[in-house]
Amino acid sequence: MTTNILEMRNITKTFPGVKALSDVTLDVERGTVHAICGENGAGKSTLMKVLSGVYPHGTYTGDIVFEDETVEFKDIRDSEAKGIVIIHQELALSPYLSIAENIFLNNEQTGPLGLIDWNKTNHEAAKLLARVGLKENPTTKILDIGVGKQQLVEIAKALSKRVKLLILDEPTAALNDEDSDHLLDLILHLKGQGITSIIISHKLNEIKKVADTVTVIRDGKTIETIQKTDVTEERIIKDMVGRDLEHRYPDHTPNIGAEILRVEDWTAHHPQDPTRVMVDEVSLNVHAGEIVGIAGLMGAGRTEFAMSLFGHTYGTRISGKVFKHGIEIKTRTVSEAIKNGLAYATEDRKHYGLNLLEDIKRNIALASLDKLSSNGLVNDNEEYKIADGYRKSMNIKAPNVLAKTGKLSGGNQQKVVLSKWIYSDPDVLILDEPTRGIDVGAKYEIYAIINALAAEGKGIIVISSELPELLGICDRIYALSEGRITGQLPIEEASPESLLKLMTMEKPR
Amino acid sequence: MTNTQTPVTEETAAGGGIHPTENKFTSWLSHLLADLGKNGIFLALLAVVIFFAIVTDGILLRPQNISNLIVQNGYILVLAIGMVMIIIAGHIDLSVGSVAAFVGACSGVFAVSWGLPWWLSIILSLGIGALVGVWQGFWVAYVGIPAFIVTLAGMLIFRGLALVVLGNANIGSFPTEYRALGNGFLSNVFGDLDLDPLTLIVAAIAVVALIVGQFRTRVARQKYGQEVEPIVWFVAKLVLITLAIGFFAYALASYKGIPVTLIVLAVLVLIYGIIMNRSVFGRHVYAIGGNRHAAELSGIKTRKTDFLLFVNMGVLAALAGLIFTARLNLAGPKAGDGFELEAISAAFIGGAAVQGGVGTIGGAIIGGLIIGVLNNGMSILGLGIEWQQAVKGLVLLLAVAFDVYNKRRSGGK
Repeated sequence: MTTNILEMRNITKTFPGVKALSDVTLDVERGTVHAICGENGAGKSTLMKVLSGVYPHGTYTGDIVFEDETVEFKDIRDSEAKGIVIIHQELALSPYLSIAENIFLNNEQTGPLGLIDWNKTNHEAAKLLARVGLKENPTTKILDIGVGKQQLVEIAKALSKRVKLLILDEPTAALNDEDSDHLLDLILHLKGQGITSIIISHKLNEIKKVADTVTVIRDGKTIETIQKTDVTEERIIKDMVGRDLEHRYPDHTPNIGAEILRVEDWTAHHPQDPTRVMVDEVSLNVHAGEIVGIAGLMGAGRTEFAMSLFGHTYGTRISGKVFKHGIEIKTRTVSEAIKNGLAYATEDRKHYGLNLLEDIKRNIALASLDKLSSNGLVNDNEEYKIADGYRKSMNIKAPNVLAKTGKLSGGNQQKVVLSKWIYSDPDVLILDEPTRGIDVGAKYEIYAIINALAAEGKGIIVISSELPELLGICDRIYALSEGRITGQLPIEEASPESLLKLMTMEKPR
Repeated sequence: MTNTQTPVTEETAAGGGIHPTENKFTSWLSHLLADLGKNGIFLALLAVVIFFAIVTDGILLRPQNISNLIVQNGYILVLAIGMVMIIIAGHIDLSVGSVAAFVGACSGVFAVSWGLPWWLSIILSLGIGALVGVWQGFWVAYVGIPAFIVTLAGMLIFRGLALVVLGNANIGSFPTEYRALGNGFLSNVFGDLDLDPLTLIVAAIAVVALIVGQFRTRVARQKYGQEVEPIVWFVAKLVLITLAIGFFAYALASYKGIPVTLIVLAVLVLIYGIIMNRSVFGRHVYAIGGNRHAAELSGIKTRKTDFLLFVNMGVLAALAGLIFTARLNLAGPKAGDGFELEAISAAFIGGAAVQGGVGTIGGAIIGGLIIGVLNNGMSILGLGIEWQQAVKGLVLLLAVAFDVYNKRRSGGK
C-alpha cells in the first residue's frame, strides 16, 4: 500500500478546439493538505471536475487511482460514494432551507415509512456543526448566516458523506479575514482527523500556512510539485507565469496625450452586505491614446469597480469623484455615464452584454438609438448600413447583420459588443476581460481593434486576469487587491512577478 | 463617424465571411422555407379557416359571418395588442378583463347615469384606464413586485370595483354614437346599394398603399445594399395579399360595410406596428425582454419602459371595455370575464415567447383571429361552450409546444 491516497496519471482533456489539460499528473499523499496553484484558466478547475466525475470517465484520457484502485466515475455521485467531495466556489446551498436540511440534502435522514426523521436530522447536523466549529442552530436558514458560515456548512455536509478527500475550490475567495483564518484552521484540524484535502488557491500566504505540498499548473500542464520546505513565493510565481511570451500581440506605438479621465477615492460596498467594502478608495487616471490595464485576481473587485463606476450598476453606498478633462462628471445612471463619454463592455457577454434573441444590427444600435432616430422612430436602413460597416471593419463572421447574435461564436459576439460601444462614440472604453472565452486568432483581432481605438485618441481601460495579455497590450498597469489599488507600474517596469506581488499584497492589519 | 474604421489586417482575418455560392433554385427554396417559417402563423390561420369553411359548408365565409368575426372579436384583438407588448417585455397582465369591466361600468355611469356627452364619456373612461395602468405600472416597475402578482390582485380589485360602481345592477341603453363603437358600420354614404362602394374604395386605397409601401421599402433596402427576396416571390406575395383583402372587402361590402370596430383596430395595428417595429420605445421593449441586464447596461430606462407598458395596457383594456359595452349596449358585472385568457392565448399562439423578448403585433392579431375563427366555427357547428373551451386550450398548448420544439431544433436554449 502506497502512502498516496490519489494518483492522477497522464490526464488529458480536450474541449472542441482547446486542449484544457495535457498529460497532467498529480499525486496526493494521504493525510496531507495539497495545494494546486495556477493562473485563472490554467486548468485547475477542469482537473478537479475530472477527478470528481463532473466530466465522466471516457471524456478524458488517463487514469485515476484512488486508494490503490483504478476508478471510473460516471458522475459526481460515484465519486462521492468513494469519499471524494468537491466544494465549489459558488456554494451549492439552498438559501431557504435550514442548515440541517442542506447538510442532508439528497441524503435525508429517514425513519420508518421513508418519512424524514427531524430529530435525527437536527441531532446529527448539530454533531457535524460541532466538528466544524460552527455555533449555529441546525434549524437556522442558510440565508440568515454569512458566507463564511455557509462555507462551514458545506464542509459539514462533506463530513456527513464520510469524506476522505476534500476538494476546496478557492474556498476563501469570498470570505473576510477572520472567516478565512477559521476555515484554514479547520482544514488543518480535519487533517489531524485523517482527512486529506486539496485546496485550489492563488493566495500564496494561505498556501504557505496550510499546504504540505504545492502543485503548480500552467496552460493545462503540471509544472512541478514542491514540498512545503521548498515553497517560496518567487518560485511559485515563476512557475505560474513562466510561459514564453510569443508574438501574440500586435505592435502598439503609444501616442499618449492629455488626461481624459480621473477617478478619485472610488468606494463601493457589497449590495447585499453593505458592511463589506468591495471597492476601496480606488484612484486612477487614463490619458488620451493610452491603454491602461487593471490586474487583479478573481474577487479583487475589478468588475465591481468598473460596474459601480459605469452608472452605479453594482454595489451600494458608492462614493468618490470622477473627472473628465479635469471637470467633475456624474455617472449615477448608465445613460448619464454614456452621455459623459463612458462605455463598459462586460466580462459576461451572455448575461450582461447581448440580447441573444436579436440580430447583430439591433444589438449594435441598442446603446446609441438616439443617434439613429428622429421623432422617436428608428431609421432601419441607416441602422443596417452602420451595422454592416462594423461587420466588415471588425470582421464579424456572419452572412449579414440580420443574423441572431445567439448563433455567433464567442469571438464574434465579442466583436458585436465592441462595435456597440465603439458606435456609442465614447471617450473612455472600459473593457472587462475582452478576450475571455475567445480563440487565439480572434484575440489578436480584438487586440488590433483596441490599438486602433487608442490610436484614435480614446482612453482604454482593460481589465484582465491574464497577465501576459495586460503586459502585451497596455501602456501602464494598475494592480488591484482586495478592492484597493496596491500599485501601478509603467509597462517598462511591469513583469508578471512584480505584478503578482502587488496583486497578492494584502491589506496591512 | 470617425470611429468606425477599425482596420483588421488581412492575414488575421482568417476564414473570412461566409458567402456560400448558391444557385438560383436553392436560394429561391431557402427564401420560401424562411418565409414559411416566418409566416407559419398565417398558414395556421389559413388552415383553420379552410377547415371550418369546409365543415360548415361555407357558412363561415358568408359575408355576415365575416363581418361578425371582426365585431365579435374586436375587443380581444385590442387587448391582444397591449398584451403582446407586455409579454415581449417579460411580464403578464391577468387583470385586463376586470379592468375592461370596471371601465365599462364607469362609462355607463358617465354616459347613462350622469348623461354626459358620448365623447366626453369615452375620453374620461380612457383616462380611468390610464390611471389603472399607472397604479399597476407603479407596483411592477418601481416597487418591483412581479406583474403576475400585481395583476392577479388587479383582477380582483377591479372586478370588485366594477361591482361597486354598478351597485349590483346593469346600466343600459347607451347613446347611439357610443354604441357605434361596437355595433356601427361605415356605409350607405352613397345610398343603399347591394355593394357598399365606400368599403371597396377604402380597400382599394389600402391595397395601393400596401403595394407602394412594400415597393418603397424594397427599393430602399436595395439602395442600402441589403439582401431582398426574389422579385417573383415578392410579387406573388403581394398578389396573394391583394386577393385576400379583396375577398374580405367584398364580403364586408355586400353585408353592411366597414364595421367601426374594424376602423379602430386598423388604426391601432398601424400605430402599434410602427411603435414596435420602428420606434425607439419598441426597441427598448424587445431589448428588455431579451436581456434585461444588457438593456440596463446599454442605458435603457427599464423601469420607465415597464411603467409605460402598463399604462398603455390600461388604456387599451379601457378601450376594449368600451367596445364590449357598446356592443352589448349594457354595462354589466360579468363583462370581460375571461378576456385576459383569450388575449394571452392570442399573443402566445401568435408566436410570443413565454420568457419574453419575442413576439409581434401582427402575430398577436392573427393569433386572436385564429381564436375568433375557432369560436365562430365551433358555434356554427353547434358545439357547446364546454367543447369550445377544451379545444381552445388544446390549440394554445400545441401552439406553444410547436414554438418550443422549433427553438430547440434551431439550437436556442
